[in-house]
Amino acid sequence: MTDVLPAATAAPPQRGARPKGPSHANSGYLFVLPFLLVFLAMLVMPLAYAAYLSLFREQLVGGTVFAGLDNYTRALTDDRLVEGVWRVARFFVLQVPIMLALSLTAALAIDSGLLRFAKVFRLGIFVPYAVPAVVATLMWGYLYGPDFGPFAQLAEKLGLSAPQFLSESHMLGSIANIVTWEFVGYNMIILYAALRAIPHDLYEAAAVDGAGAFRVAWSIKLPALRPALLLCLLFSVIGSFQLFSEPQLLQRLAPNVIDSSYTPNLYAYTLAFTGQEVNYAAAVSFLLGLVIVIASYTVLLAATRRSRA
Amino acid sequence: MRPFKRSRGRAGVACVAALVVTASLSLTACGGGGSDDGGGQAAQPASQADIDKAMQTPTKLTFWTWVPNIAKEVALFEKKYPAIDVNVVNAGQGEPQYTKLRTALKAGTGAPDVAQIEFQYIPTFSITKSLVDLRPYGAQALKDKYVDWTWNQVTGSKGEIWAYPQDTGPMGMLYRKDILDKHGIAPPKTWDEFAAAARKLHAADPNVYLTNLAPNQNGVWMGLLWQAGVKPFATTGADSVTVNLNDQTSKKLGTYWGGLVKEGVVSADPDFTDAWYQALNRGKYATWLTAAWGPIFLTGSAKSTSGKWRAAPLPQWDAGKSVSGNWGGSTSAVITGTKNPIAAAKFAEFINSDPESTKMFATEQFLFPPTKSLLADPSFTQQKPPFYGGQTVNQVFSDISSTVDTQFQWPPFLDQVVNDWDETVGKSFADKTDTNAALDQWQERVTTYAKNQGFKVNSQ
Repeated sequence: MTDVLPAATAAPPQRGARPKGPSHANSGYLFVLPFLLVFLAMLVMPLAYAAYLSLFREQLVGGTVFAGLDNYTRALTDDRLVEGVWRVARFFVLQVPIMLALSLTAALAIDSGLLRFAKVFRLGIFVPYAVPAVVATLMWGYLYGPDFGPFAQLAEKLGLSAPQFLSESHMLGSIANIVTWEFVGYNMIILYAALRAIPHDLYEAAAVDGAGAFRVAWSIKLPALRPALLLCLLFSVIGSFQLFSEPQLLQRLAPNVIDSSYTPNLYAYTLAFTGQEVNYAAAVSFLLGLVIVIASYTVLLAATRRSRA
Repeated sequence: MRPFKRSRGRAGVACVAALVVTASLSLTACGGGGSDDGGGQAAQPASQADIDKAMQTPTKLTFWTWVPNIAKEVALFEKKYPAIDVNVVNAGQGEPQYTKLRTALKAGTGAPDVAQIEFQYIPTFSITKSLVDLRPYGAQALKDKYVDWTWNQVTGSKGEIWAYPQDTGPMGMLYRKDILDKHGIAPPKTWDEFAAAARKLHAADPNVYLTNLAPNQNGVWMGLLWQAGVKPFATTGADSVTVNLNDQTSKKLGTYWGGLVKEGVVSADPDFTDAWYQALNRGKYATWLTAAWGPIFLTGSAKSTSGKWRAAPLPQWDAGKSVSGNWGGSTSAVITGTKNPIAAAKFAEFINSDPESTKMFATEQFLFPPTKSLLADPSFTQQKPPFYGGQTVNQVFSDISSTVDTQFQWPPFLDQVVNDWDETVGKSFADKTDTNAALDQWQERVTTYAKNQGFKVNSQ
């Protein structure tokens, strides 16, 4: 279906139809220039510089020496890094399905037109996304508190032992809960926008065929949402593997549960700023970037293969 | 100043962005070739004429510090030397400031002329040649003004003077007189008595612990090692370091504290958290093993317990002896790259040695003084704060200050040592696992790090 559109617009340009072609092209570059400058200065150059740094080793004694790929080989055999990567992978498997299911349900519910206060509902779910992650984590950190948190107090009133949200076995779940709370609204908005883009005639045709609300959701809305869902999933892959601020802030409340290599990003940060091992931190960051690319590609591949099948 | 534990909250806000971008940006900020010209260059002593000239030339100095209201002391200096204008900047408390300082030093621009540096961080900054040796500016003449151990703390391995002491934290014990009295426990004078008291108290009231050993507070552990006479680190040359974290005495401490925590008669809650403040107010801990800045800190943080606390020296390993360690305290150091080393050095000297300025630190900011004269000054030592039932608390800590072991040294890579302690020894307290095994791990991790950094490592 989509193949039709480009063919229609791709009429061969007529010779001489656009005498000012080149200057048009130039002004196009001019418009892109501000972005391009910022992009080069803020993304490409730091990346190149970090890549360059990762090939050296700076020591407190002996100064800086070229290390080749030593930093990378060290990272590949670094148990703490590998453990961190597995932890965020587990986090992804645990948290993302729950979050996307909630987002999808909320988006479908709002779109169904059956809710009475759809706007209030939509805003209410979206508001947590407007709360900065730092504030959200501090707030949840307080709620989780084993001594003074409301859950602990409630448990005490009921004569139960306080739930240990910040203990080693529950910490990942507690972080997943914070991230879910933050991002359900965000993903819901993406999905909702995609739902609004579905042509209305499809619904009319369905109504004529006698399809109910659930049938419409299953056969029209869900297939139409596939690209948007994939987008959400990709964002979530990246977000999960880059997990940083939540564990970093909760570290203060549970310093002995979250260590400095709890997530790969936290590890890179600690290496750079605690151990002053800037070069090794650069190598770790690049490897993590590679892991994210591979994970994203795997997700993409799995999703498209299923859609073809 | 209480030693702000490497607050890990640091720049969390800024770091939500995409990883590679974050990492590479931050690396840009701290990587790269800094200038390597160090403090060693100024071996030539400045003549009195040079000094006079520098102090009369209009100069702008930047001073990084987190001491509140320090403008008052700075004003005293500016009154005496009107040509010099000091710009006070609060660049963060402890670790955040050090991170900014390192970044500025690497970038080669934006570093202050003078900065507040805690004692334990001096070797970490002197090894990177970030501090200016103050001997050419007459620092040695001030040696006798300061308590011996504080002067040793600012002295480098080749006799360099890296900073002027500003405040200190000799360790003592604050205890709840009411709680101990209620259970008929005398304030313990030895660690044996302390252990017995811990068991007795917790058995009598399961909600109360004799003390709390914070698993995130390396400073206390270092102070306790210091008291026990352990020499965990020694810099034996420019490229070699001794790491001695699991010797017999360390293990004695490991067995002692690990045992009490495992028994459950000493709690292991992280300190300086909301829960910890609440526990202090609620009377969950009957003592706080703390430093000389602790009494004032507690007055502000546990208001509801006013009048119930008293101060005493730390319990001793050998009855009859009295030794202590130190936890926290700061100095003023001149930072490499300053264009006005004379004015900067004289400023650091003035605020930390001028009688009016040092007295102001002790009475307005309540910093615990490192100068012998103030520690003997009755107007300081004879204060009778009602929070401690009128006890002359400053006198107690002033006496303790003279019992601090003078030979304790810090490693040239403190951040890493503390980080590794949290994840080994500290974790063993939190998880109630074998502390002595954790001490071995700590030793191993620090040794590996030091070797990676190019040091020759001696262990005993």
